[in-house]
Amino acid sequence: MYEQVKGLKELPMDEPLSPGHRLCPGCGASLVVRQVLLAAPKDTIVANATGCLEVSTALYPYSAWNRPWIHSAFENAPAVASGIEAGFKALTKRGEAEEHPIVVFGGDGGTYDIGLQALSGAIERGQRFLYVCYDNEAYMNTGIQRSGGTPMGAWTTTTQVGSAQAGKTGAKKDIMSIVVAHHVPYAATASISHWRDLMNKVRKALSKDGPTFMQVMAPCTRGWRFDSAKTIKMSKLAVETRFFPLYEVEDGVYKITIPVTSPKPIDEYLKAQGRYSHLFLQQNAAELETVKKGVEDNYKRLEKLSQLSSQVYGP
Amino acid sequence: MEAAKAVALQGDEAVAEAVRQCDVDVVAAYPITPQTIIVEKLAEFVATGRFSGEFITVESEHSALSACLGASATGARVFTATSSQGLAYMHEMLYNVSGMRLPIVMAVANRALSAPLVLNADHSDMMGSRDSGWIQVYAENVEEIYHRTIQLFRLSEDPRVMLPSAINFEGFILSHDKERVRPLEDGPIKRFLRRPTTKHRLDPKDPFTFGAIATPDTYYEFRMQQAEAMRNALVVFEETEKEFEAFSGRRYGAVDAYNTDGADRVAVVNGCTAGTMRVAARAMNAGGENVGVLAIKLYRPFPTEEVVSRLRKAKSVMTMDRSISLGAPSGPIAEDVKSALKGAGVNQPVMSLVYGIGGRDVTVEDGKRIFALAKDETSFGEDSVMYGVRS
Amino acid sequence: MSRNELEEAAVVKGGTSSAYVVSGWRVKRPVINEAKCTNCLICWIYCPEPAIVRHEGAKVTIDYEHCKGCGICAAECPLTAISMVMEP
Repeated sequence: MYEQVKGLKELPMDEPLSPGHRLCPGCGASLVVRQVLLAAPKDTIVANATGCLEVSTALYPYSAWNRPWIHSAFENAPAVASGIEAGFKALTKRGEAEEHPIVVFGGDGGTYDIGLQALSGAIERGQRFLYVCYDNEAYMNTGIQRSGGTPMGAWTTTTQVGSAQAGKTGAKKDIMSIVVAHHVPYAATASISHWRDLMNKVRKALSKDGPTFMQVMAPCTRGWRFDSAKTIKMSKLAVETRFFPLYEVEDGVYKITIPVTSPKPIDEYLKAQGRYSHLFLQQNAAELETVKKGVEDNYKRLEKLSQLSSQVYGP
Repeated sequence: MEAAKAVALQGDEAVAEAVRQCDVDVVAAYPITPQTIIVEKLAEFVATGRFSGEFITVESEHSALSACLGASATGARVFTATSSQGLAYMHEMLYNVSGMRLPIVMAVANRALSAPLVLNADHSDMMGSRDSGWIQVYAENVEEIYHRTIQLFRLSEDPRVMLPSAINFEGFILSHDKERVRPLEDGPIKRFLRRPTTKHRLDPKDPFTFGAIATPDTYYEFRMQQAEAMRNALVVFEETEKEFEAFSGRRYGAVDAYNTDGADRVAVVNGCTAGTMRVAARAMNAGGENVGVLAIKLYRPFPTEEVVSRLRKAKSVMTMDRSISLGAPSGPIAEDVKSALKGAGVNQPVMSLVYGIGGRDVTVEDGKRIFALAKDETSFGEDSVMYGVRS
Repeated sequence: MSRNELEEAAVVKGGTSSAYVVSGWRVKRPVINEAKCTNCLICWIYCPEPAIVRHEGAKVTIDYEHCKGCGICAAECPLTAISMVMEP
C-alpha cells in the first residue's frame, strides 16, 4: 500500500524546498514542509494558503519551491486544490497530462478559521488531496494575533495579558474532530520532532483514494517566545507532556501512534515559552489548572476513543 | 455553418449548450437565482454523458472561482457562472484570476445587489466589479449570448490577451425567457477554438511558482502588463469576430450603431434594453423623427475610438445606465462615454439617464418617452434623470 | 527591473531562492567537528532552510550562504558534534 520510511539515508537527496527563503531562523513551518515533501513523491503538486509559509517562500523573483506550487488567497487553498484535481483528471482523460498527488499547506488561521468552509467542502466532495495544517497556534504572519487554534491561556497580540484578562479565554478548536466528522479515510496529528512517525503518516495518507488531513505542530520561536535553537525540543516536549498527542484516525478507528505512558509535567512545556509565563502568577492559578486539566482530559479521551472506535468501525 | 433547425432556448440554456460544445474541461459553479438553470442544465449533460468534463459542485461562489483558478493553472479550459451576491462573494477572486492571467470564461446573469434583496435584473453586480481586469461583454438577446460564450473562450485564450472574460445578460429577462437560437455544429466550433496553450502550467516536469508576492518595486509593472493585455483585447476581439463570422455568418461588433450619424439624439445603452430602444427609435423615425441607438456590446476594454466615431456627428447624446453609482456624478456608462467624448474633444450635450433598477421593466413606450426627454433642455443638467422611479 | 524583464503574471521558476544569500542574518555559526560526526543526518532533517548539504559518499557540510544560525543542528546533534561559534 505504501513504502515505510525506516531511516534518513533512504530519503531523497534533492531538496523539495530550496534555502534562501525568508522564514525566521528556527521556523517550525519550513520543517513541516521539508519533512512532508521528502516523504511524498517527487511529482507532488502544492497548493498553499496565504500566511507565513507562502509569503516567505515565494517573493518575486525568488521561489523556494522545487515543486509546482500555487497560491491565490487565504481562505481557499482547498478549493484551489479541488480545481487542480479536476483539471488534471480532465486533461488525463484527453491524454494531455497525468494525475499527480496534491498536498495543500495551510496555517492554523487558514485552516481553523477563514478556510474552514473551503476545507469542509473539498473533503465532503471526496476529492483526493492531503491537507497539511502547519499549526503555529496564531496568525503569525500578520504579527501573532489569535486564531481558533490558539490554546487557552496563550498570550497573543489580540488576547493580551493584564489585570482584566490573562491571554486567550476559549479553548483550542478541536480541528481533528471536525475533520473526522466528515468521515475522511485518514486524519492524523504529527510532530516535526518525530520525523519517522510524520513521514509514514504522510505516505499512508497519500495512499488513500480520497481527502486526508494532517495537523502538524509548527513551533514558532517569535510568537511562542523561545530561543530559535529550541524548536525541535519544543515540539518534542509538546508530545511528551501529552499537550499534543500523536494519533491517527483511519476510517473512524483511533490509534495513538506514539503513546506517552509517563508524561513529563505540563509545567515544563508551559514554562519554556514566554507566551505562557503569566500563567505562573498567583492570580492566574485557576486558569493554569484549567489548562492542565484540559490536556489530561484530552489524552484520556483519545485513549478511550482508541479502545471504543474499533468496536464501532473495526472489522 | 449553422445546424438545420432553430430551437427555443432560455438564455441560461443557451450558455449551457455553448459550454457543452466548447470542449470545456472543468466547470465549478454554485447555484444562485437567476443563473441556476445553467448549472442544472450542465448537470443534466453530465448525467446523460453529453458533457465529458469535470463538474465540481462547490460549496460557495468564492470556492467556485478558486477551483476554476486551480483548474485553469493546470492548462485546462474552465468555465463558471454566477449572479449578483455570488459575483460579489467572489469579488476578491476576480482580481486574483485576472492578475494571474488565467483565461476563465464566466456567464453572469445580471441581478441587482442586496440590500434590499431582489431577484431581478440590473447591472449593479457586474458594474461593481468592472475594474477587476475581466473582459466584459453584454448581450442583447439569447442567440447573442450563445455566440458570445463561444467567442469568449477564443478571445481569453489568445496569448496576446490571457485575461478572463464575462458574458453578461439580464437576469430573468434574458436568462429565463425563451428566444430563437440557431445552434452551430460541434465541428466548426472545435476548429475555431483549438486547445488552450498556456505559457506556464502546473507540471512536475518543469516546476513553476504561481501567485508569488510582489513589492512596490514590481507590482505597478505587473498591473501594466494587464492593462496592455486589455488594450490588445480590442484588436483580438475584432479578429475573433471576423473568424467567427467566417463559419457562422454572424457578426455583432464591439458596438452596434443604428442611425447614429447626424441624428438629433442618440441613446447609448448596453444589455437587452438596446433592442427596446431600437424598436422605439425605428417607430419614431418612421414618424419623421431622427433618433439613433448605440448599443455597447464590448464594455471592457471600452471601445473608446469606435464610441467616439459613432457619436461624433450626433447632435445630442443620452447615456442609459441600468445601475446607480451612488455618490458619483452619473452612472458607469455615462462616465465612460463622457470621458471618451471629452478626451476626443467632442462636445455635444450629454444627458445621463438611469433606468430599470431592480428589474423595473422598460417597454417600447418607455423608450419613446426617454427619447422625448432628451428634447427637453432641463434633462441635460448635472444630475442624472432617474427614469421610471416613483416620486 | 524594467517591465520587459518581469515575467507575465509574476510566475517564478522553482528553486530560485537559492540565489538569495541570508548569511547576514546570523549572529553565531554552526561548526561541525568532523571527527565526532557520524553522518547520522539528524542535523539535516532538522534544518529549516535547509543549509545542511548531503553528499554522496561524504559527510554533511554546512552551506554558510544559507545558514541563518538558528542553532537547531547544534542543539539536536546526538553526538554534540556541532558547536555554535560567534561570527567575527
